[in-house]
Amino acid sequence: MADAQVDGASPPVLELRGITKRFPGVLANDKVDFDLNRGEVHALLGENGAGKSTLMNILYGLYHPDEGEILINAKRVTIDSPGAAIDLGIGMVHQHFMLIPVMTVAENIVLASEPRKGGVFLDVNAAVQKVRDLAATFNFAIDPDAKVESITVGQQQRVEILKALYRGAEILILDEPTAVLTPQEADELFGILQTLQREGMSIIFISHKLREVLKIAERITVLRRGKMIDTVPREGATQDTLARLMVGREVLLRVDKTAAQPTEPILTVEELRVVDDRGLEAVRGVSLEVRAGEIVGIAGVDGNGQTELIDALTGLRTPDAGRVLVGDRDLTTANAHHHLDSGMGHIPEDRHRRGLVLDFSLAENLALHDYDKEPFSHFGWLHPGRIVASARKLLGEFDVRGGRPQTKASALSGGNQQKVVVAREVSRDPRVLIAAQPTRGLDVGAIEFVHRRLVEERDEGRAVLLISLEIDEILSLSDRILVLYEGRIVEEYGPDVSEQQLGIAMTGGTREREAVA
Amino acid sequence: MSTTPETQPPPPPESGEPTTWTGKLALYQRAGGVITPMLTTLLALVIAGIVVRLTTGESPIDTGRAIFDGSGLPWLIPDSLIDIRDVAGTREFWDTEELARNNAEVNLQQTLIYTTTLILTGLAVAFAFRCGLFNIGGQGQFFLGAIAAVAIGAELTSLPRGAHVTLALLCAALAGAVWAGIAGILRATVGAHEVITTIMLNWIAYWVGSYLFSLGGPLQSDRSRDVPISNDVQESAKLHVWWPDPDNIQGLHIGFFIAIAALVVFWIILNRTTLGYEVRAVGFNPEAARYGGISVSRNYFLAMAISGTFAGLAGAVDILGWQYRYGQIDIQQSDIGFIGIAVALLGRNTSVGIFFSALLFGALLTGSNTRNLALPIEPELAGNMTLIIQGLVVLFVAADLLVLYVWRARKKLRIPQRRARPVES
Repeated sequence: MADAQVDGASPPVLELRGITKRFPGVLANDKVDFDLNRGEVHALLGENGAGKSTLMNILYGLYHPDEGEILINAKRVTIDSPGAAIDLGIGMVHQHFMLIPVMTVAENIVLASEPRKGGVFLDVNAAVQKVRDLAATFNFAIDPDAKVESITVGQQQRVEILKALYRGAEILILDEPTAVLTPQEADELFGILQTLQREGMSIIFISHKLREVLKIAERITVLRRGKMIDTVPREGATQDTLARLMVGREVLLRVDKTAAQPTEPILTVEELRVVDDRGLEAVRGVSLEVRAGEIVGIAGVDGNGQTELIDALTGLRTPDAGRVLVGDRDLTTANAHHHLDSGMGHIPEDRHRRGLVLDFSLAENLALHDYDKEPFSHFGWLHPGRIVASARKLLGEFDVRGGRPQTKASALSGGNQQKVVVAREVSRDPRVLIAAQPTRGLDVGAIEFVHRRLVEERDEGRAVLLISLEIDEILSLSDRILVLYEGRIVEEYGPDVSEQQLGIAMTGGTREREAVA
Repeated sequence: MSTTPETQPPPPPESGEPTTWTGKLALYQRAGGVITPMLTTLLALVIAGIVVRLTTGESPIDTGRAIFDGSGLPWLIPDSLIDIRDVAGTREFWDTEELARNNAEVNLQQTLIYTTTLILTGLAVAFAFRCGLFNIGGQGQFFLGAIAAVAIGAELTSLPRGAHVTLALLCAALAGAVWAGIAGILRATVGAHEVITTIMLNWIAYWVGSYLFSLGGPLQSDRSRDVPISNDVQESAKLHVWWPDPDNIQGLHIGFFIAIAALVVFWIILNRTTLGYEVRAVGFNPEAARYGGISVSRNYFLAMAISGTFAGLAGAVDILGWQYRYGQIDIQQSDIGFIGIAVALLGRNTSVGIFFSALLFGALLTGSNTRNLALPIEPELAGNMTLIIQGLVVLFVAADLLVLYVWRARKKLRIPQRRARPVES
């Protein structure tokens, strides 16, 4: 399997041989082979739960393999703690950053191996200088004196990378690094990775996004359910071939849909203004219309008023001004209950915080909107039998796996949890469906399912409003695209707009140009 | 070890058997739901025993047995099996087995009287808990119930028996509901935390009660003007004693069945009504409940009010069932509402759990009562042991997560020990 060796003379800097890791009842890694050459970006691709993180945690000393061996520069090593990994020149940038927000960039970077004055005191100047030198070497733009809480997420990630470099990392593991970045920030990250590569760093890039893997990696290793499926060079690989390796079957990446046949407007929003939790105006006069039989996508970088807009549309937050109408029913000040009863379906942004009661059974979750209506209850008296029977039907219809009606929602995988949410919202036969980040954190197979379902709902004649941070998702699903920037709709595009154009509009580019003109 | 099937698209783990690891986990959690409270109790008993040993040098086994004997529980052992004086270890103390059995019967009735009240005060904590609220105000709501019961029971005259009892119970329940409802409204409208408000309401209830029964107070006795105590409850308002004691003094009243019925009602409300669905949804995840169209504030209020109903009833069954009067000293000494917190926590806020933990605490309280203890154990010793056990149970239940964590960590740690260490070259 691991015969994808380079033809060059130098041995790989890192080699994993036959790594096996068992958890109770689960084989997380099954004789996985993996190798990394000097100056290479090697992507580790796989769906959620494929064993990517387990493998990397073994490499970083957080888990111990049951079988197999790790070789660094052709020498066998035992890595029993992150400290040992760091000593061996392995650095890891986790998906969730491990930074202290109130401390400066320099302080965060030198943490745990600070330059000292007189053996006791932190030598701040030396720390800042070291960080500055390091940043200069790798051509990073970063201010060592800035507080971490005041810099952007993209910059925080750079701090994490610098931290690893400061500790002498030569092998860098990046765990889903683009998950938290805007498209522009992701491009900047790729630039940085290329610089690092030129300086001789070897990089393991963990991802489940096909496009970016093809963009950045020289070789791609695909894991599926704990097994190494194949290692392929970038040349000759396409999104389709990778998706097939990843999922194990043909996956429809392009959403197959016909042109929209919109009819009468269902959701009408007029001059909506919404204030956020801090009392600042987050939505500043949004007007839009979604007609039956079309998908309207709202694109935008996170934090431009999406959350507040969704909340106001679904009755979870009272708008300051403006109107929200479903059909000709004014729901501006109505609560969530009225929205649900007026034909609105809402796939919420965060299925754990909002979409599901994780400690409830699947049946109870599926009844979340209708528990108080016939046939689920009668004069306040629940009929658990009917709730379970209805749930059994829906779980089958929506292909939810890994759970019976009585299973707790928390026991399901993310994709199946989202299917439960979608099942509940769609089965209520809504006139308008508000889908907020409907595929966040899902793997390719589940994304395909949700996307297909949204298009089907459109074709059934529902109005669908899609709010997403993923440009790909917006582009592949929407019949019309609105760009939300700083609480306003700044642009409207047709479905054939280019990603570039959209990206510029999302960061306020078009507005600035207009302002100049 | 099972191997995951490969190259087939969907993972097939369906079926009801816990073959998947999630299924196993669920089973484990269900089992943990019974095992951890038992471990908690056992651990509390052992530590209390150690403390007794260290501080007094007495045998903790003897002390524990004295408490068990004093609780009257040995009465449940059929007399054909054993001479109860052997169980009690009091062969010298009781002349005949008959006398020993009678004593055990009286003690058991006392235990069940405590259990009755503790079930209700436990439910008062548990119901709010299921809605994500911590009702510390069981004690105050209990006072309100007791005051209402004594006011109706003693001051109202010439009512037929059934009506009088029912009215007193209803008013007590309502008083408790209103008292807890205040905290519920404050939480629902202005977000004042119920822990703070219920503690404040406890003190208000305490002082209002103290005033009502004080010398010259509105509810003070007409006959003994120099004692801060209420009038006696009329015969027509007393709860029927269905299990009279051998000396026909006190016995067990039908309040016991009210408490059992309350356990059933608690279960039915939570599991079979839309109200219970809402309460549980809010308790697990208020944000998801709101998204689902449930009014969180309405449920905060209702859950508190229902909690207060249970506590109010607790006060009423105490007054109408055996105390028959209420006074300043009773208010000052009462802590039954607070023990309800321990009962609910140990019982995991479920009906069955609350029944058993109420029985446990009832037995501990009766068993360590100076009056019930057989020689030669000093009463203070047993009484203190009860307090220690109570405190430890609360402590351990609070540290429940820690216990579970240690339990799981232990399992986790075994894995690396088993692994074959890769060789160093």
